[in-house]
Amino acid sequence: MQLTIDGTTHELDIEPEMPLLWVLRDELDLKGVKYGCGIAQCGACTVQIDGQAVRSCQVMAGDVWGEVTTIHGLGTPKALHAVQAAWVEHQVAQCGYCQSGQITAAAALLAEVPNPTDTDIDDALSGNLCRCGTYPRIRAAVKTAAQTLQEG
Amino acid sequence: MSRAGKIARRTFLIGSAAIAGGVAFGVVAYKRPHANPLLDDLQDGEAALTPYVLIRPEGITLITPRADLGQGAYHVQAALLAEELDVDLADVSIDPGPPSPAYYNTALSADAAPFPATDTGFMAETTRAVLDAPMKFLGVQITGGSTTVPDSYEKLRRAGAMARETLKEAASHESGIPRNELMTSGGAVILPDDTLMPYTELAGKAAQIEPVEGIPLRHPSQWRQLGQPMQRLDILAKSTGTQDYGIDVEMEGLIHAAVRTNPAIGGEMHSFDAAQAETMRGVEKIVPITGGVGVLADNTWRAFQAVQAVKVDWGPAPYPANQEDHWARLENSFTPDAQDSQYKDEGDVDTVLESAKVIEADYRAPYLAHAPLEPINATVRVTDTRVDVWTGTQIPRFVQDNVAEITGLEAENVHVHVLMMGGSFGHRLEDMVVRQATELAMQAKGRPVKLTYSREEDISHDFPRQIAMARGRGAVANGQVTACDLGIAMPSVIASQMGRQGLPAAGPDLQIIAGAWDQPFAIPNYRVTGYRVEGLAPVSSWRSVGASSNGFFHDSFLDELIHAAGADPLEERLRLCNHAPSRKVLEAVGEMSDWGAPLGENQGRGVAYCLSFGVPCAEVIEVTNSDDGIRLDRAFVAAEVGRVLDPVNFENQVQGGLIWGLGHAMMGEITFAEGRTEQQNFDTYPFLRQYQCPEITVRGLENGESVRGVGEPPVPPAAPALANAIFAATGKRLREMPFNKHVTFV
Repeated sequence: MQLTIDGTTHELDIEPEMPLLWVLRDELDLKGVKYGCGIAQCGACTVQIDGQAVRSCQVMAGDVWGEVTTIHGLGTPKALHAVQAAWVEHQVAQCGYCQSGQITAAAALLAEVPNPTDTDIDDALSGNLCRCGTYPRIRAAVKTAAQTLQEG
Repeated sequence: MSRAGKIARRTFLIGSAAIAGGVAFGVVAYKRPHANPLLDDLQDGEAALTPYVLIRPEGITLITPRADLGQGAYHVQAALLAEELDVDLADVSIDPGPPSPAYYNTALSADAAPFPATDTGFMAETTRAVLDAPMKFLGVQITGGSTTVPDSYEKLRRAGAMARETLKEAASHESGIPRNELMTSGGAVILPDDTLMPYTELAGKAAQIEPVEGIPLRHPSQWRQLGQPMQRLDILAKSTGTQDYGIDVEMEGLIHAAVRTNPAIGGEMHSFDAAQAETMRGVEKIVPITGGVGVLADNTWRAFQAVQAVKVDWGPAPYPANQEDHWARLENSFTPDAQDSQYKDEGDVDTVLESAKVIEADYRAPYLAHAPLEPINATVRVTDTRVDVWTGTQIPRFVQDNVAEITGLEAENVHVHVLMMGGSFGHRLEDMVVRQATELAMQAKGRPVKLTYSREEDISHDFPRQIAMARGRGAVANGQVTACDLGIAMPSVIASQMGRQGLPAAGPDLQIIAGAWDQPFAIPNYRVTGYRVEGLAPVSSWRSVGASSNGFFHDSFLDELIHAAGADPLEERLRLCNHAPSRKVLEAVGEMSDWGAPLGENQGRGVAYCLSFGVPCAEVIEVTNSDDGIRLDRAFVAAEVGRVLDPVNFENQVQGGLIWGLGHAMMGEITFAEGRTEQQNFDTYPFLRQYQCPEITVRGLENGESVRGVGEPPVPPAAPALANAIFAATGKRLREMPFNKHVTFV
């Protein structure tokens, strides 16, 4: 089976029903993608497939329909994506475990809706649970990132 | 100088010691009969990390022994050291260090005096007179009870100051210039002619000289970093998916593992049949463990799949099988023989209530799971001579001892590597996952075994927050609250938790009445009685522990009495409050929320207050009763912490504490049916989400005498503030959590 992750194509010998989440974490060592619930309730495993935010715990490897972008593909500590830069600026994280998913979902939102309303943010990010309760900072960071991206 | 500071000077052994090519500075508290483990450890070269400041030619390492659960503990500990040491945090390494008596939360040993006077943590202050057992539990190297800042505030600045002055002394020896003419900045001593002598180059010399002691700490007005917004050290990694947590451990030869234990917590496994599971792809081995079965496999998901395919015959639950029996046991525990404590009994409650119109109300708080978003996990490698444990834990010393017992090795051969945690909320004050991983690793000697709990295993085998009930009786007269008699029944968290560590818990458990008996209100007839309920499910510390239920009970009942008196909720609390810093938080939250200003139609505003962990905290919440249900509009929090060390992290943590309290009060509960938890994942154990989150304004007050931690104090007032707001908006009193059993939320 072939999967293209963050621009690199991998040849994999795995069961097609293995969730993409575990392919990323255990087969490809992309540990920024997190396991939180396994049933699409928490959003910690969020990645993008062809730019669309999806819960990788619910996508079987054999069903992946496009190129996968993980938190690692969005940006790196030395080359931050605008959303990641906003997360750093607002110091969003507490434990940080949900933030890969939050950031990946936020980046997908901003690619589609450059200037989101509060309702747009609610709709896009309410599938991403944060047990530490960093929601106010997440909202502020999304707005900052939107501004940065629009200013180009 | 605080009391802690005076004691510290007398009893702290302050030392530095040479290590290969470097110097290590520590401020280590001991009481005989303990030997000085700092020096012992340094001899074998392993414990160069034991102290707080380690300087080697290749760099400076700050040791931050309190665990980071997401609350920023590593950062604040490093900042306290750096403030006196004069290093930039960007230029140093941070290491949590190994488990060591040097990092006791208090100077404590099993056979020394029960509590040192140096400890001003919440447990010591509130239990010193009546209860020593919990301190023996909490006193060892534990992160909890919002004690990281209080415990570290002086200790770490002192360690930084001693290291700085000793390095200056070394520079003085080298340069011939008196120490008092030298300056320090950016990790270097600066000579009067601006020549820089980096600490890293002075380390060898500093190791040869007597450490400089008795340095006065800098006044906060001189601080360069503390008290200002700081960039937390872990933020970049946590914004880029590059922060490794326990669950991310990867190493050569690693085996993935999953377990299934009796869904009735603590019940036995009679037998299991793994015939089918053993044939599944990637499965290496399926073995029995204490209370269940474990799978070793080459991938986490394959281990999860296989362990579910094992057929198991389980024994019954060691507690009532069904939820109604848990409640019945609570209801029947308000009796003299179940009485655990009655430390508050002022005026003459019985006489007053005999002759008054009595206001009565019962309140309930359910079991709750901790459910940090990172499911608990541990990686263990066992060999014949040593064990390595990699895990996120708040109790590294217990982990070390328990692993030693399971493997039969000496504790000194058990090496615990504490990793960053994806939340805890008290969950990682337990170590069952490490014990299970150790049993599994003994079946695969020499190879690291990483045990990851599925979310279902994590929630269903959490030791939940205590279930609790309160019964209030009170009276009012002439527009004032005149009597309040509150009984609280719950299982003892401390006894349950200490029991799992093999420790006795004698005496009353103050957590049964925490957040209720100790509230600073001058109600003329005022009594709080704790009742201990035996035989229920095992329970453990959950963010704010006893106060998480009792803050709701106490303040809700107070609000009912104030309403019955016809008084204003904020004004009457202020009138009754006899503690100046607490009055200030109430006044602050009143001002922030513009208390008394008119609200829109269908809106309501509620105030609540709770003193917990030494922090007075008041909250106001505004809600709208909309067509879609109750919507949380705005929230205001004022908390008195003595000093805010990092305003940004403070705000984030307080907002998170409020949200934690709100989310669980609105929709969280764990219930039992046939011995099993009816909730296993976030579909049935939901939590507050982005669209439900109110706008939150936070203010930290700095009027108190002692510096306090704020991880837990914002939690207890959240539920009553919301309930009181909903009452104001709808006229409906909520006396049972979760509130969504009685009202609908947006």
